[in-house]
Amino acid sequence: MQLKLKIWRQKNGKSKGKFETYYLNDVSPDMSFLEMMDVLNENLMLKGIDPIAFDHDCREGICGSCSMFINGEAHGPDRLVTTCQLHMRKFKDGDTIYVEPFRAKPFPVIKDLVVDRSSFDRIQHAGGFISVNTSGNTQDANATPIEKEDADNAFDAATCIGCGACVATCKNASAMLFVSAKVSQYSLLPQGKVEATNRVLNMVKQMDEEGFGNCTNTGACEVECPKGISLENIARMNREYLLANLKG
Amino acid sequence: MLYSTIFKKASMAISGLFLIIFLLQHFAINITSVFSGNLFNQLSHFMGTNPLVQFVLQPILIFGVIFHFVMGFVLDIINKRARGRRYKIYKGNSNASWVSRNMIISGSTVLAFLVLHFYDFWIPEMDYKYVKFLPENPDRYFEELVHKFEDITRVVLYVISFFFLALHLSHGFASSFQTMGFNNKYTVLVKSFGKLYAFGIPFGFAFIAIYHYLNH
Repeated sequence: MQLKLKIWRQKNGKSKGKFETYYLNDVSPDMSFLEMMDVLNENLMLKGIDPIAFDHDCREGICGSCSMFINGEAHGPDRLVTTCQLHMRKFKDGDTIYVEPFRAKPFPVIKDLVVDRSSFDRIQHAGGFISVNTSGNTQDANATPIEKEDADNAFDAATCIGCGACVATCKNASAMLFVSAKVSQYSLLPQGKVEATNRVLNMVKQMDEEGFGNCTNTGACEVECPKGISLENIARMNREYLLANLKG
Repeated sequence: MLYSTIFKKASMAISGLFLIIFLLQHFAINITSVFSGNLFNQLSHFMGTNPLVQFVLQPILIFGVIFHFVMGFVLDIINKRARGRRYKIYKGNSNASWVSRNMIISGSTVLAFLVLHFYDFWIPEMDYKYVKFLPENPDRYFEELVHKFEDITRVVLYVISFFFLALHLSHGFASSFQTMGFNNKYTVLVKSFGKLYAFGIPFGFAFIAIYHYLNH
């Protein structure tokens, strides 16, 4: 395959940034998108050009590092996959591919396609945990019976890898799907119910302080989420948040 | 809490649901004009002279309308700021409907319609009752209504506005329930009823306008 790549280049967070055009020949349809980027970077380095910076780690759709907005969609045109799981067979010979970083005020660009997603970490720190006594007499979690439906829903919510595709794709740059998944994965389980009220209040407060937008229920986040996190989580978080405020 | 994302969205949802209920009541009265001018006059006279409606419900309704529109614009500005630099390529159609992504456009069209609608009916009514203090004539309402729809331009503007109202409601109805935390096995029913309401009520309003134009 021959490809024309228009890739966002930005030296650092303060520089302006612009699209640069690169041409790549002999791209195998069996390559992953990141492997294609690796080949491009090798070519650039051979020419003495600074390689394109992009986030990656596990390359098997688990870590949530790879964050590219490809041809107008977070993680590209495929569904339920991260950028590292996207294969070049999804494109055609001669295609022009636009690659941009995830864009949102709370995700400032560090360099090229790498963005700072530490706003997600701060939201997690605000309440995405359970407090457990670790003095040695901690009860075995498996000793607590949990309804199958609750366990399934909690597990589904816990599959969120925090990649930020929901924010990137939402027209409002809202982080509601991520935050609601983190709220749900704990609040559905007995171990997480103890701190449920404070958790939802603190995590939503932190989310707002980071400057994310408001959810308008377009459902784009659910479609683009590589883990298929459901909008039901957002409804659950809204319900918990409103009830938590009524409790005072 | 009052400045939180979720509270602002919940206030939009509640005011939206309030306006949805008002629309049903408005339609229920207006549709009588197609069947019986006398019944329409009686109902309009009641609504226009009842102190509870005039001095309690009407101010609440006006507050609800203004709040919904102002908060809608405020949220839209906040949301646009949250994006920062815009994407070169953004395939919104691939993951969300045009209607859900453009509530501000359909809402702004409905706002423009409301300005015309207030100019047509509400301002003359306020002028009649509370500025000129003219004596109440219980039989005037039907004639006033029919007279407004003698003009084809007005009818066309109303029908176009009702189309945008339908689009706005088609997302807004179910979205309000989702925002208020209602998403369960009954959500399919809520969405289906929402679509029915969203297109049924505006279609009914359009029918009333066209009916009176054709029968004046």
